[in-house]
Amino acid sequence: MQKLVLLGDEAIAQGAIDGGISGFYAYPGTPSTEVMEYAQRSKEAQQKGIKNTWSANEKTAMESALGMSYAGKRAMVQMKHVGLNVAADAFVNASITGVNGGLIVVSADDPSMHSSQNEQDSRFYGDFAMIPMLEPSNQQEAYDMAHVGFELSEKFNVPVLLRITTRLAHSRSGVKRMEQLEQLKGSLPKDPRQFVLLPAIARKNYKKLLNIQPALMEASENSTYNKYLDGNDKTIGIIACGIAYNYLMENFPNGCPYPIIKLSQYPIPKSYVERLYNDCDEILVLEDGYPIVEEKLRGFLNTGKTVNGRLNGKLPRDGELNPNLVAKSLGINIIEGNNSPEMVMGRPPSLCAGCGHRDMYNALNEAIKPYGEGRVFADIGCYTLGALAPFNAINSCVDMGASITMAIGAADAGLVPAVAVIGDSTFTHSGMTGLLDAVIRNSPITVIISDNSTTGMTGGQDSHALGRIPEICKGLGVDPEHIKIINPLKKYHEENTKIIADELAHHGVSVVIPQRECIQTAARRKRAARKN
Amino acid sequence: MKTDIILAGVGGQGILTIAACIGLAAVEKNLHLKQAEVHGMSQRGGDVQSHLRISDQEIFSDLIPKGHADIILSVEPMEALRYLPFLSKTGYVITNTVPFNNIPNYPDLDDLNKQIEALPNKIAINADKIAKDIGSSRSSNIVMLGAASSFLKIKIEDLENALHQMFDRKGEEIVNMNIKALHAGKDAAAELMK
Repeated sequence: MQKLVLLGDEAIAQGAIDGGISGFYAYPGTPSTEVMEYAQRSKEAQQKGIKNTWSANEKTAMESALGMSYAGKRAMVQMKHVGLNVAADAFVNASITGVNGGLIVVSADDPSMHSSQNEQDSRFYGDFAMIPMLEPSNQQEAYDMAHVGFELSEKFNVPVLLRITTRLAHSRSGVKRMEQLEQLKGSLPKDPRQFVLLPAIARKNYKKLLNIQPALMEASENSTYNKYLDGNDKTIGIIACGIAYNYLMENFPNGCPYPIIKLSQYPIPKSYVERLYNDCDEILVLEDGYPIVEEKLRGFLNTGKTVNGRLNGKLPRDGELNPNLVAKSLGINIIEGNNSPEMVMGRPPSLCAGCGHRDMYNALNEAIKPYGEGRVFADIGCYTLGALAPFNAINSCVDMGASITMAIGAADAGLVPAVAVIGDSTFTHSGMTGLLDAVIRNSPITVIISDNSTTGMTGGQDSHALGRIPEICKGLGVDPEHIKIINPLKKYHEENTKIIADELAHHGVSVVIPQRECIQTAARRKRAARKN
Repeated sequence: MKTDIILAGVGGQGILTIAACIGLAAVEKNLHLKQAEVHGMSQRGGDVQSHLRISDQEIFSDLIPKGHADIILSVEPMEALRYLPFLSKTGYVITNTVPFNNIPNYPDLDDLNKQIEALPNKIAINADKIAKDIGSSRSSNIVMLGAASSFLKIKIEDLENALHQMFDRKGEEIVNMNIKALHAGKDAAAELMK
């Protein structure tokens, strides 16, 4: 069959399309964005009428996917790891409702925090929800798992968590396609109350979830994605999870002498681990992310055989794995190249020349000067780069939407005025409820919704906020007198500074909306227009 | 046969276009390919790199181990030096000499050139000038691809075909420009290798 060259993310999308999906649901977030982008570009997806519109946030995406599953069709929801925090309420409860059509939750972790504020490991969530987890080691497995994951979900009547990491998400390789399945016709759940989590029903459903755990273990034991690869040298037994398997095998071009468990489906297959533990002197656990498997193996008292990994310093406790780190953990000496000379300077990312956020920060910095430093709460997006020189303009970046709500708390504590800086897409993701809080309390805060009319940091996806921000603010109860739209251009600097200064002086909620399209998105739009 | 290439540059300089071209040519020849890219935050004017691996055998790691790269192909001179730990003892640095200076502490150009000059195996060309001279100032990345072409174990015709696949929809003129840039880079490198 036809071989495609795909990013890990794209392989997942293609696998789902071929596996009979009816709807993709997602909010953009590195490194997960390209799943939906591929689904939106795919002609096949269009021909098949597969839904592929961005959602307002990960929670709405997760719930929409669950709704599609309820109606008897196959759905997938994709997010970055911290997005799973946003979707967690729906995610954890979806394991209690169970599914009707197959439901795959894709969570893309970012060890080493290439584009994230933490490196949390989504496998904890899978454990927590007690559902099967798939962790591909390469692009082909990513494709295959998306394809067959629906069937797994339907067989056990639970969502399936598909966990990848940045390196696989954003690496390309050849992928062979499987059979293209038709979409399901759609049907109501057999039990009309399956999805009604009233306590009495939830208790019953939860028992079901507990009762299928041995079957999930059996599925892991029989999974084609888990392999016990025996070796002659029993001094070390290795458990290699997901992509870590590649880093291991990279060091053994002629085959690994040690027994290996290649682990790609969870729960962890117990019989494999028992065999490895009994056969080998020591265990080495290779996993990208947190030491989850390692921790389980060691146990709280750690009285058994030596288990090597991130917890005892054989591997670093944090950060992404790579072939060199794995080599070192096995005592293999790789001769590395020369160090880069001292003259090589860091080149941190920065706001583009001509970006409207720059003009916004210049005006804000000047307007806020009389009040002193330390009162600007920012959010997640390109404008977070306002933390760096030359702006040094913001004092926080925590999670989506936290700017407005942290400003409320700080103002409550006496830091008046407090300022929130949030982007348009982040505002509709998680900022609106916070603004409602501010209105109800009449908090003395100024909210700057820096509107570049796109989801910029992730590459310019459509923003739900487009053309709606002033109306949303009015609808939430912000006094229209204190909703100001400005044009963040150098030539309006004085005027913009004055408007922000006036709103800072207002003792109540005010909203300033600097509105100018992202220069990257604008350039792309113009190029596309020229082509047509 | 295995070739490990670190592609280096600054976000927006077109290293992914180079990667895509080599990748397409490799896949056409039924070679195994892995290519790890950087997406997201760093693309905003930060340093970016791509690990590109081609082999007639199965490739495991998406990342090239430090000390294993056959080539560092960089469209910017300081970025070429950033990845030296990845270069094997016999590997080549192939770099553009034109700096992309978007930081306040960019090194002194003379010092930078001396560092590159001191590398045992290097090809350093002014790709911007070469691209400009052939009337295609936006093709300096393809000039650099041309400069590396004789190290790739992929025929120049196969790279040309890949450029066709990538740019045909943009019209014949763009394709020809890029093919011209490819050859200009190849010639410039050959001149230095004499």
